[in-house]
Amino acid sequence: MKQSAIALAAGTMFGAGLAVSGMADPQRVQAFLDLGGNWDPTLAFVMGGAMLVMVIAWAIQRRMAAPIAVSRFDLPQTHRIDARLAIGALIFGAGWGIGGLCPGPAIADLAIAPGQAAMFIAAMLAGMAIHRLTLR
Amino acid sequence: MTLPGFPDAMPLHGLAGGLMIGLSAAIMLLVLGRIAGVSGLAARAVGLSASGPPRGIAIAFIIGLPLGALLVSLLAGPVVTRFPASIWPLLIGGLLVGYGTRLGSGCTSGHGVCGMSRLSPRSLAATALFMASGFVTVALLRARGLL
Repeated sequence: MKQSAIALAAGTMFGAGLAVSGMADPQRVQAFLDLGGNWDPTLAFVMGGAMLVMVIAWAIQRRMAAPIAVSRFDLPQTHRIDARLAIGALIFGAGWGIGGLCPGPAIADLAIAPGQAAMFIAAMLAGMAIHRLTLR
Repeated sequence: MTLPGFPDAMPLHGLAGGLMIGLSAAIMLLVLGRIAGVSGLAARAVGLSASGPPRGIAIAFIIGLPLGALLVSLLAGPVVTRFPASIWPLLIGGLLVGYGTRLGSGCTSGHGVCGMSRLSPRSLAATALFMASGFVTVALLRARGLL
């Protein structure tokens, strides 16, 4: 219960950050990827701000034996750069460019433009389901 | 504040929102011991992932996303969301984003924000590839007059 409350607070902060930064706007995200048009570098500032905090967070994490609210860290340990990673990233990037949306902004936009966000999310969940059913 | 040469850019809003996103990811990491990867958490929340945090945590985080956007719209005024005019970019884009993020084990938040700041080689490779793919895809759309 306490853990869910913390996750809800973190998710709310994340969604608010997306809205404040302009990243909830698919056209602005697409404009970052559009080097041949009116290039909009805002996304780079968002990444910079988020990375700044997270570089510090990782430095703190390395000095901690366990997280504050649970008994252990549960973090990805894979180091292999394989075909799945590469092909998955390329497919994701193509979809990101076509719609101007990645998962976070799409879900946050349910509060702002529910019809269009839901359409994207339905397709996204279908894509996730296809992956789940076809690859083990 | 605007950026010389880029009239549409919102550098300070971007930076402020980015700091908030980083703080959110830091809370997930240092308090709950988890990566704030939205694609993984979304899949976990709807039961499309066997791994990841307890489902309650995933569901709570995912519910927070629209809640945060709603709070900003109530406190600071309308949040701009200019979606594609046609439904096809939403459907095709959504399908590719869903499949690709699961195959590639992450998206902009997990690989981009959390993994790159950890200097994870996998995340650095994934982020370079999805960025490159995004740039090429939009260039192709522009060349075909689809933007």
